[in-house]
Amino acid sequence: MTGRDVLDALAAICLLLGAVLAVSGALGIVRFPDVLSKLHAATKPQVLGLMLMLAAVGLRVPSWGTISTLVLIAAFQVLTLPVAAHMIGRAAYRTRQLKPERLYRDELAEVVERASDDQAS
Amino acid sequence: MMNLAFAVVIVLLGASALMAVFRVVTGPTILDRMVASEVFLVTVMCGLLVEMAYERDTYALSLVLCLALLGFVGSVSVARFVSRRPE
Repeated sequence: MTGRDVLDALAAICLLLGAVLAVSGALGIVRFPDVLSKLHAATKPQVLGLMLMLAAVGLRVPSWGTISTLVLIAAFQVLTLPVAAHMIGRAAYRTRQLKPERLYRDELAEVVERASDDQAS
Repeated sequence: MMNLAFAVVIVLLGASALMAVFRVVTGPTILDRMVASEVFLVTVMCGLLVEMAYERDTYALSLVLCLALLGFVGSVSVARFVSRRPE
């Protein structure tokens, strides 16, 4: 059992966990009823799964050049995916492509109503 | 042992890519299709990373970086297109 074997075993565990998370995200895409709940499945498990896969590549090829690029990819994903998900959620809300009976509370409706009242007066 | 782990990972990733494609085909709205294609893109990135981990080679790392940026541009432009469209 050398150090390389330990790193390989850790990488295999990371890959398996990442694949399970990718499957759970895809299952959510298939099973969840509307866009807003699908966004939940598309962002959280997917990003964590991708992070674990990046960690696995870092463990299999441990050099500074690789690890700096992996950190860059992870940072881009963490910065851009929430923004993209927010834009999609906003587009879904504005064009009413959601199921209102699925929402427990719609706090945005009060704000929108107040803003349109201000504009009318 | 390592090969068995890689086989299981590839099968799981293939299943999730198929599920994402199923939702792209059947998704009722354009936003459903966009979310599903984003999931498909992340699955493709995961597949490239698994391939690199198997080969102990990092030839596709810049490709993964490009895909990470392109996915963002795609979903933002579709979201803007949907919200600008007249009712």
